[in-house]
Amino acid sequence: MGKKVAKEVSIAIADAVKLARAEVIAAYPITPQTHIVEHLSELVANGELDAEYITVESEHSAISASLGAVATGARTFTSTSSQGLALMHEILFIAPALRLPVVMVVANRALSAPISIWNDHSDIMAQRDIGWIQLWAENGQEAVDLVIQAFRIAEDRNVMFPTIVNIDGFTLSHVIEPVILPDQEEVDAFLPPFKPKYKLDPRKPLTMGPVGVPEIYFEAKKAQDEAFKNSRKVILRVWKDWANRFGREYHPVETYRMEDAEIALLINGSLAETAMTAVDKMRDEGKKVGLVRFRMWRPFPHQEFRKAVSGVKVLGVIDRALTPGGVGGPLGTEVRAALYNAARKPRVVNFIAGLGGRDVTVEDFEEMADRAAFYLKKRPKEAYEMIGVRES
Amino acid sequence: MGKDQGMMPWKEVPFGLYILEPGNSAEFKTGNWRSLRPVLDKEKCVKCGTCYIMCPDMCYDQQDEEGYYLVNLYYCKGCGICAAVCPKGAITMVMEEV
Repeated sequence: MGKKVAKEVSIAIADAVKLARAEVIAAYPITPQTHIVEHLSELVANGELDAEYITVESEHSAISASLGAVATGARTFTSTSSQGLALMHEILFIAPALRLPVVMVVANRALSAPISIWNDHSDIMAQRDIGWIQLWAENGQEAVDLVIQAFRIAEDRNVMFPTIVNIDGFTLSHVIEPVILPDQEEVDAFLPPFKPKYKLDPRKPLTMGPVGVPEIYFEAKKAQDEAFKNSRKVILRVWKDWANRFGREYHPVETYRMEDAEIALLINGSLAETAMTAVDKMRDEGKKVGLVRFRMWRPFPHQEFRKAVSGVKVLGVIDRALTPGGVGGPLGTEVRAALYNAARKPRVVNFIAGLGGRDVTVEDFEEMADRAAFYLKKRPKEAYEMIGVRES
Repeated sequence: MGKDQGMMPWKEVPFGLYILEPGNSAEFKTGNWRSLRPVLDKEKCVKCGTCYIMCPDMCYDQQDEEGYYLVNLYYCKGCGICAAVCPKGAITMVMEEV
């Protein structure tokens, strides 16, 4: 078994990419993703990782080069953040439609303006519909595990979809945590070499990305959507295998102290750990509070999510992204939609918190749980409310 | 249009919409885009080959034994360029009957 070391999470992620034996890395540095790709470039330059490191002039080029590389059958990794992810936008849709399983870590960061290098989820939530598998890590160990798993999931012949692992910028990317890096032999046994059925090869020419005339575009998108939803089965199988090999379990929807909970909070990413502290504190006070978070955000885990929250009376959904003038934050909106036709469902209250690196404290989580409970008696007037904004 | 023209149900859509056979665009029938068909008047035609040169889809790439240029209706979209450029006015565009 690998040994436990104290590492900056970004460095541990780069080491995980090395353990996965990535063959091509194309990335452009942007805070707070920088340490990941800097360390990878060192590993390649030092000969510790046998890979092509393509230095590109933008994130648009980084993702384009990544797609070209993976199309030739090379295991490919990239990483970005915020404005960089936004700059990739038009190319991001192409990867899943062409079934190109690149793996990308997104160090989640706010979008401008105002210019902010700090953490929230507005970058990734703006990419909701790109058709990538989207997973969330909460701590350094999960980040390492998910990156290695992501290659196996993405490259499975029954999946072949690009995959994003979300990590919170700074609050996760730049902290030093105890992580177990698996041994190379363990990773090699878990993750076979990438052998796609089709690849760009001059000896066997094929066309990727022909025009989709109106007679075929719709059918192509239906086929993509069905294949994407089916990737769920492989994801579950990979997580089961991971648990057997490494003893750490992963589920589409992660729950914390949800047994007999009447009030539940929902948040993605590293702040869930702060929320756990708040849940523990409220449990000590006799409040029946639990916590839910999405590990797998795409494809959306309908069954697991409904099951996780069916017993609670009220669900406080905490968004770290704003949909200006909308019907809620992106999480809140989707959760309401996902539950609308459910036979048993909680009341859903939507909070916006922690934008642009604003701390969300244990007390904030307690406040949100209490406000959610309050709204059981009285329906909220607004579709969402902000927590932690100075009023005076 | 048949399945060879891309009208397959979604379950039969090739993986990633890849085209596994190189050079198969030659099979793509563009002739059924046509609403007007070029008709040649051999009385006026002097076999100069202007239609052959100017056709954007290379539809006049065959000649019969007398040397008249033949339009390939599998590809001809009915754009009418041949009729417009014919120095003898030998080509007329007529409406396709349904």
